[in-house]
This record gives sequence, structure tokens and C-alpha cells, in this order.
Amino acid sequence: MKLYCLSGHPTLPCNVLKFKSTTIMLDCGLDTTSVLNFLPLPLVHSPRLSKLPGWVSKDGTVNLEKELKECAGRVFVDSQPEFCLPEKELLDLSTIDVILISNYHCMMALPYITEHTGFTGTVYATEPTLQIGRLLMEELVNFMERVPKAQSATCWKNKEIQRMLPGPLKDAVEVWTWKRCYSMQEVNSALSKVQLVGYSQKVELFGAVQVSPLSSGYSLGSSNWIIQSHHEKVAYVSGSSLLTTHPQPMDQSSLKNSDVLILTGLTQMPTANPDGMLGDFCSNLAMTIRAGGNVLVPCYSSGVIYDLLECLYQFIESASLGTTPFYFISPVANSSLEFSQIFAEWLCHNKQSKVYLPEPPFPHAELIQTNKLKHYPSIHGDFSSEFRQPCVVFTGHPSLRFGDVVHFMELWGKSSLNTIIFTEPDFSYLDALAPYQPLAMKCVYCPIDTRLNFHQVSKLLKEVQPLHVVCPEQYTQPPPSQSHRSDLMLELQPPPMPYRRCSVLSLPFRRRYERIHLLPELANSLVPSEIKPGISVATVSAVLHSKDNKHTLQSVPKPPPVPPTKKRKRVIEEPPEVLAPKPLLSGAVPLEAFLATLHKHGITEVKVEETADGHILHLQAEDTLIQLEEDGTHIVCDNNEPLRLL
Amino acid sequence: MPEIKVTPLGAGQDVGRSCILVSIGGKNIMLDCGMHMGYNDDRRFPDFSYITQNGRLTEFLDCVIISHFHLDHCGALPYMSEMVGYDGPIYMTHPTKAICPILLEDFRKITVDKKGETNFFTSQMIKDCMKKVIPLNLHQTVQVDDELEIKAYYAGHVLGAAMVHIKVGSESVVYTGDYNMTPDRHLGAAWIDKCRPDILISESTYATTIRDSKRCRERDFLKKVHETIERGGKVLIPVFALGRAQELCILLETFWERMNLKAPIYFSTGLTEKANHYYKLFITWTNQKIRKTFVQRNMFEFKHIKAFDRSYADNPGPMVVFATPGMLHAGQSLQIFKKWAGNEKNMVIMPGYCVQGTIGHKILNGQRKLEMEGRATLDVKLQVEYMSFSAHADAKGIMQLIRMAEPRNMLLVHGEAAKMEFLKGKIEQEFNINCYMPANGETETVTTNPSVPVDISLNLLKREMALGGPLPDTKKPRTMHGTLIMKENSLRLVSPEQALKELGLNEHQLRFTCRVQLQDPHSDSDTLHRIYTHLKSVLKGYTIQHLPDSTVMVESIVIKLSSSAEDPNTKVLLLSWSYQVIDLSYSQLLLNIRKKLTCSR
Repeated sequence: MKLYCLSGHPTLPCNVLKFKSTTIMLDCGLDTTSVLNFLPLPLVHSPRLSKLPGWVSKDGTVNLEKELKECAGRVFVDSQPEFCLPEKELLDLSTIDVILISNYHCMMALPYITEHTGFTGTVYATEPTLQIGRLLMEELVNFMERVPKAQSATCWKNKEIQRMLPGPLKDAVEVWTWKRCYSMQEVNSALSKVQLVGYSQKVELFGAVQVSPLSSGYSLGSSNWIIQSHHEKVAYVSGSSLLTTHPQPMDQSSLKNSDVLILTGLTQMPTANPDGMLGDFCSNLAMTIRAGGNVLVPCYSSGVIYDLLECLYQFIESASLGTTPFYFISPVANSSLEFSQIFAEWLCHNKQSKVYLPEPPFPHAELIQTNKLKHYPSIHGDFSSEFRQPCVVFTGHPSLRFGDVVHFMELWGKSSLNTIIFTEPDFSYLDALAPYQPLAMKCVYCPIDTRLNFHQVSKLLKEVQPLHVVCPEQYTQPPPSQSHRSDLMLELQPPPMPYRRCSVLSLPFRRRYERIHLLPELANSLVPSEIKPGISVATVSAVLHSKDNKHTLQSVPKPPPVPPTKKRKRVIEEPPEVLAPKPLLSGAVPLEAFLATLHKHGITEVKVEETADGHILHLQAEDTLIQLEEDGTHIVCDNNEPLRLL
Repeated sequence: MPEIKVTPLGAGQDVGRSCILVSIGGKNIMLDCGMHMGYNDDRRFPDFSYITQNGRLTEFLDCVIISHFHLDHCGALPYMSEMVGYDGPIYMTHPTKAICPILLEDFRKITVDKKGETNFFTSQMIKDCMKKVIPLNLHQTVQVDDELEIKAYYAGHVLGAAMVHIKVGSESVVYTGDYNMTPDRHLGAAWIDKCRPDILISESTYATTIRDSKRCRERDFLKKVHETIERGGKVLIPVFALGRAQELCILLETFWERMNLKAPIYFSTGLTEKANHYYKLFITWTNQKIRKTFVQRNMFEFKHIKAFDRSYADNPGPMVVFATPGMLHAGQSLQIFKKWAGNEKNMVIMPGYCVQGTIGHKILNGQRKLEMEGRATLDVKLQVEYMSFSAHADAKGIMQLIRMAEPRNMLLVHGEAAKMEFLKGKIEQEFNINCYMPANGETETVTTNPSVPVDISLNLLKREMALGGPLPDTKKPRTMHGTLIMKENSLRLVSPEQALKELGLNEHQLRFTCRVQLQDPHSDSDTLHRIYTHLKSVLKGYTIQHLPDSTVMVESIVIKLSSSAEDPNTKVLLLSWSYQVIDLSYSQLLLNIRKKLTCSR
């Protein structure tokens, strides 16, 4: 059993597991942090961005004025942003049988994997994961296609040149594999390969392996996966949460007793408490509004935003923000809000019982109804005429490189009355803000990451007791910025097996047994005998049938009858410890019992001689010698009508 | 032999009060717990005394599963759990869990408040009963206990209807509840995978109908409504707030849109908004089309259908009104009925069943003069139509489901005996499987023949598969030898050698040796060689070796030759073989040698 690691990003994993005869891809996360090296894509022409100076190396030998622009001491690529894809060279992607998706954030690279690679397999995901994943992809494509950029910068990727660039561009890895965003057509084609599954549904793969998603508590429809055969169990844990937010709570008990547990997607903010951050978020928001400023919240269109809105729903009245408009701007804002209300089965208990009343599970329905929250597909159209300030705007993309957020950065960045509040943990806020410097706007960093922290995960692992743990190498040492915090790493016995991008791990697995079915006819014909207390043995002679990785044993078909041989005569029943039609015998023959059996069959003239290892029996009437030894019996009979003994 | 027992307490050769007991692998499961709408006495509920004479059912049942929210499938649930007594788990889907208590409460009100019956369950009992419910998700495998697992499949029929697969070990039963194999206005078609259950328990309401009659009924309905509207009449449709009402609303809404009709459609107040809300929130349970478009246009937000106000009933001109309750026994529907009954231009359409004693029941039976409170009589002049809209699988659909699931046995419930008989014949003929149709209280026993799962050592399996070659030869099957070790609860099949090692036993060698005297003039080595060549020519397909130490080996049988000192012509042939050699008969060999040597002499 092998694990191929195609992504080095611990929260956006992409691993391939070879288990029995199946090749299973676990998630295909898209590392979007690469876009931080690019200039933002403004929705309307930005004089500031277009006036940025081009980059020329200090000695003037390298001139990349067209491709690279300098802003506040940092260099950015002036081109359509590109993403860092999972490794494609480590193994042939067309051999992948299935892809298991754990949550909608971890499927953004799907079109790169399923399209143009010869992939012919199936993708498994829950319904919310598919629907919201589709929205996020749609949004990404929309952000990119709305502001097409003809230029595609490639010169800077030249190894010789890249070496001379200032950081962080200089240190960017795998730049040649960076790819532009996919098209909507590719998204549709990729998602058409998805087959929906429900929590705890058992899906058979080729009869060899069974996979089953479990609730992971992180987002709508998010799941961990169990991959098992009858004797081996692999648990894949990705993006799980023990906090009570909107999704169904995490199913921990089903992870128990796994041979290998692959652990990814822990919190990216191990020191930030989500509840505290939520409090900071509300108070900073209220403060800015009261001072007459605007609040910008760069965020994804699904996930934490539901919790933020719910929190604000309770907060608005008490903070007397009742008249402040809240805007949610995204091409998929409406869909995201609508979809969130229809997945009752995937929600926490509280929200489920609301649906029984029937009321919408999320209070943002009421915010919309009372006109406190308004959603728009983009800043163009209705929004521009209805827009009032001061206000709160939720919009994407959290990298600040594309989407409507770029416009608000340009619009509000110059005033210190306004505040930008970062809630998504995926991007460093300093890097995100770099191309907008110098900036007068206030910046507040309240990353809300509900995924497991190190404390929770070690408790979880104690509970579920996996034999081995595999995790990204980042988890085996404290974060570089806090190297003294030994509590911010995984300490396990035996130590976890670390992986990094392009690792190929051999998982410590010894498969020894396989499930086989005895057909009823055969099972009935078996004659078990107890040889030790509680242990019985039966000899099985049967015909093996293997089909679709399922094995069955059938009785041996009766051979055509052999002409009866008169000379065969079974004189003596077999002693009790030897099994009836058993071609393999074991144990020693006890002399006394044996003599008694012989006697019963009318053989009385027995001469017993003691030898070193046993006895020699001489059956005088039959002219037969029987040698009884510890581990063998030799029967010598003279005439051609032998006694077949034993 | 393991057996599965099925006993219908209700719905055996009958429609109504569905309640089927299944005993499988030592587990007892109750499928549905419905009431019979046609009775007002004890026969209304299933006879739970069949399970036990005295008291509570908890220890006799491992779980109860409810297929959907219709009262003939869940109406007796509070009675069973709270009045008879059952505290175990009750499983149903989320929409069923949401809607079922509302219908139960509705029904309770009719029976207790209007008809004054006592000894009926209370509101509190409905609430307590619902607390025992564990919601089921589609395709989720729910482990009821260590051995019993259940899995729900989409059944169409009504919002949240499910079929359920029940499995203990390698035995399994599928219960369909009510289902529909063709998608309708708002629901999709039932689907199940090839799960090969030992028994498929299927409803058979439309056992003899062989076409999709629902479309026809819909067309009929629309035609009647349209005609009445055209001649300026008013149409009253008494409905319960949930289920059929939404379906009819979608039907009329699309018809109005297509025909560009202007006459108003009203939905009586109260539950309307709320009921439609259930459909909006459970949109994932509706059909593909509605699910796909719900963000742009929610099918349950009706453009043409508006809230009704009491005063509208007197408005002139045509209109269509949906009013609750569905049996015209009280409330708004009855008030409107009284107003409109005198005009023959008007029409009332009863889209569902009516309990005896209700006005709905009376007018459906053709009564044209109704006695009202205060001795007044009401002349019924308007047209009365009955139209059943329930979506069930027809014969074709049932056959289709059998093809999908490939059951080993079939059992029919929820249908009329005569129709079942017909379908039973068809099923037995087409699929060559047994088909049962027990009556209420009758137990059908099906013997199953499960194969025995065993763990085989991978070494043994791999060795065997390698020997068998890539393609199995069906004509000449290979026999595999192994030893089955039964220890505690595990069954392991290992190679004989491994078994010995594991159990700490030595192999016991059993050898037979036989002396045969022959007369042969040739020299020892010649004789042996002759035997060798002869055997080689006779025993094709066996390995025969002539070894340098003057022995001949036939597979593992050793043949040695020696001549006696006194008479060189008398040879003594020693044959020695071990007990394991069974496929080559030793006597055959002997005979062969004998014959040969006799001939050559």
C-alpha cells in the first residue's frame, strides 16, 4: 500500500492512495496562495495600478518592465493570476479510479485533474459539497473572465531570471506548473463526473474496497472518509471541526481502530480562538460604522460567512446597527444563500429542528426579508444605484487579487475611517494587502478557522487509536514563526509519518487475510472436530471462484464414478482425533485406543513390539505390519488385498 | 436453516393500516404503523396483541421504520408507542419527521374534537412519540445495533417517502412502502440498486394497471376544472394542507400559465404558507427539474395562487379554491361548500379519501340532501367529483423494481387480494421466483441459504489464484485444499501447513506399503524399466520418473523392486504411498502393473 503526495499544502491536500487493486485520490485542493504574487485585477480601470513602475534589475541587465511591476518595494507579476496545481508528474493521473472529496474547499483543482488527463474514473462527494463547490468554481471563473487580461507573463519564470528577482517571487516553487483558471465548460464537465453520496453510505469499489464518508463538522456536507476492506482500515481526516457551528457534528467513533490515519486540514491559526475572533470582528465592525466608516470583509461566498451573518443577526440590534446596510456581493451570492437553507439533513441538530417548524435554518433569511442584508451579483447594475454608505460589504476574493473586493480596496483604501476585516485564514493579510500599499484604511485581522487545533487532535487520536498516523511535515514541527511552541505540533507514539509534496510513502501494512464465502452446500459438508477446547478444525477441499474481486468456494463437482474396486476395503474406522476425508493428518495415534479399535473390528491377534520411537504391531492373521511412531504410521501389508487402515 | 418471517398486521391483501412485522437473523422489525381510514372501531389500528398479549412492545421489537407520512402508514404510531408502549428507535426520513406530526395532529382533532371520541392519543403523546424518532438520510447506512443495519432509498410517492433495505449478516429484506416509478410534477422516480434481497416486500395498489394512469387522471382533473371555469362556475377542492395540495397547486399553476387563464385561484389561509415552506426547505427531495431551477424560480412560490379571504366566497364569477380540511367535516372548506352547494354550475372535487360520517363521505356516496345543525337541510346541487391522485407504481413499475433489485423472493402487500393474485402469477412466470401474499396475521416463512463468510489467508489465496492462471478453466476445476480453523468467533481458512504450525501440531505421516510378488524372467532393472515405460504409456498426464536409485516414482508413489535370493524370477514389488495420495488409485496402479506383466510373460 502506497501513498503519493501531490500537494504540499497541509489544508489543501491532494494525495493518492494505492490500496489493494484500487487507486484512490483523496481530495484535490488547489493552492491559490500563488496568486499573491500577481497584481490585482481591477473591475474598472485603476490609474494607480496602471502607473506602477516596471521592474528592472539593479544592474540593469534584466528588463522585465512589461511583466513585472513594483509596488511599495514588492514585485508583482502583471498577468492573469495563476494557481499552483497538484503535482502531475508523480503518477499517471489516468490510472486514478476514484476521487474522494472531503469538502468544497478541497475540490477546486478538480477540473485540472479530470480534464485533459485521460481520467475516466468517478468522483464521490456529498450533495452540499458538490453544489457549493460548483458555486465557488463558478465564482472563480466569473472573477477571471469578467476582466480578461491578454497578457500572459512567462519570461520571469525562466530559472536564470527568477533567481535574480526579489523575494518572495524568487522563492516561488514549481512556477512552470502554475496554470491559469479553468473555463466554465471544464467545470461542468468535471462536475458531471461526480456521484453523490450520503454520510455513512457504503460505496463498494470494484468489490475490493469499501469507502464511506463521515460527517466532519467543518462545513456543509464536509466529510472524512473511511477506506476499508474486510481486514484493513484507512481513515482519511481532512478539515474537521469540533466546534458547534452550522454543520452536523463530527462523527468521531467511526474513525476508531484504523490501521492508518491520514491527517490533513488542521487549523491554520492554532493560536487564534474562533469565538474570540468573532467577538473582535463584531466590535471592530460596530466601531467603524459608528465613526462613519465603511467595513470591508473579504470572504468566500460560503462557509464562515453564514456564521458571520448569524452572529450579526444577534448583534445588530444590541449594537444599534439596525439601519446600516449589509451587502453581500458575489456572482453566486443569491445561490449560496438559497442553497444554505435547503440542506437540513446536513445541519446541526438545532438548525434541523427549525426546519421541522418549518422555518429557514439560517437567520439570514430574515435579514434578507427585512432588507437589512442585500445581495448583488456584482458592483455593476442595481448595486451602484442602491448603494448607501456607511455600510458593510462582504465580498470576494479573500486574496484581494480579483473579484469585487479589488474595487472596494481602491475605493476605500485611502480613508482611515474605513476598515478591512480579514476573517479567512487562507492568506497572509500582509501579503494580501501588499499591492495596495501605502494604505490609510484600518486593517483588522480576525482569522476564523474552526478546524481542529493540536490540542483537539491529540485528544481525538487518543480516542480513536490509529496504529499509524500520516500527516504533512508541517505538523511534525512547531510553526517557523513560533519555534518555541512545542505544543503546536503533533507528538505521537509511534511518531507520525511526515509527507511533503512529491513524497511517496509505503504505508506500514501487512495484509494477511481476505474475505471469502463458502457456499452453503460446501459449508454443510464440512465436518469440524474440536482439537483443543474452543478450537475446531475442518478440512476444506473446494473449488475457488474469483469474480469482481469477490471470492467464493464451491464444493468439488462429483467426478464421474470410478469403477468400484473390489479390493478396497475399509476395515477400521478412523480414530477420533483424525478427521474424516482429510488428506492431512496430525497428532500421534494412541496405542491403546488403536488396539481397541482393531479389536472391535475382529482383529485380535496382535503382537506388539516396543521400539525406540513407538511400537510395531504385527497383525498375524492378516500378515500385516504396522509401525506406529510419534509422527508417522507405516502400514506394510503383504498380500495384494491390503488392509487399508486408518 | 436460517429463516426470515414476514407477518402483516395490516395491509395484508388489503389497503390501509400498513404494519408488517419482519423477523430476520434474530431481529424483529416493524415496518410502518398505519391506521385504517375505513374503520372507527378497534380495526382502525393494527392488532398489536399479536406481538404480545400483555403490554409493552419494547422488548419484542428492535426497531420501527416508517416509510412516509400518509396516515395509513404512520397513523397508529402514537397509539403504538405511547398507549401500547414502545421506547425503542423509530426511523423515518427528515421530511416525514417534519410533516408526520402535523397530519397526526390534524387527524386527532377530527376524531377527538369533532367526533367526540375518547380513548385516542393526545397532542402530548404525538410529541412524545416524535421524540423517539431518529431521522434517516437517503443512502446512509444506519447501524441500529451491531448486527442490524438499514438503508433508505428514494421512493417518490410523496415528499420524503423512502424504501428501506434491512440487513442482518448476509440476509436482507427490502420494504418499498408506497412508491412511484415515474417522476411526477414535483417528485422523482423511485430507485434502488441491485441489492439482491432475500425478500422484496412491495406494495401492489395498482397491481393490474399497466399504464401510467396518473397523467390521465391529471388531464381529467384539469379538464373538469377548466370546463367549470369556462361556464362561470366555482370549483372547491377540499384538501389537507400538505401533500396532494402542493401537487395540485403545481398542476393548476402550470396549467394556468400555459392556457393564460385569468380566473383567480385561492388557497385557504392557515397552513398554506407554512406547508409550502416545507416543500421549499426540503427541495432536495423533489424532482430534478425543480431542484435545478429553485434558485431562479421556486416551484413552490406560486404566481397565480393567492391567499383566500372569507369574503371572496361571495365574489361573482369563476374561481378555484383550495380549502382545508379535506373531508368537508369542518372549517373553511365546509363553510364554502355550504355557500356554493346550491348552484349546479359549481363543482367540488374530492382529491382524497373521506372518513365515514363526514360530509365528504356522504356526498361521495351520492347523498343530495344533507342535514345540517339546527335541523336545516342543505340541497346539494353542485357537481361532485372524486379523483384519486396518489402516486403508486403500476404493474409495469413493480416489475421494473424487481428487475432493479433482483430479489430472491417477492412478497406483496398493500393491495387487493384478487389483483395481487394476478400480479403474483406474472411475477412467478417472468422472474421464476416465489411470490407470497400473506393475509393479515398470516406468517410467511422464507428459508434463506446464506453463504458463510470466512477469512482466507492471503498466501493461500494468492497461491491458489496464481496456480489457477489468469482465466479460470470451468471444465477442469482445480481443487483447493485448506484447513478451516474455528476459534472463538472467527473462521479462518489457511493452508494445511500453516494450520499445523499455528495449532502446534505435527503432521502425522501415514504411509502404506504393499508387497506384490511377480514372476518375471527379466533382470531386476529390466523389469523395473518395463514397468516404467508401461506406466508411462498408460498413465498419461501423471509425472512418472525413473530414478537412478532404481525406483520408479508415480507422482509421490514409490515403486521399488527386488528379487528374492532363491528365485531370481520371483520379484517382489514394493509399493509405498502416503495417505495424501488419493487422486491416483493405488489399486488401479497395481492392476495396471499386473496386467502388463502378465501379458508380457
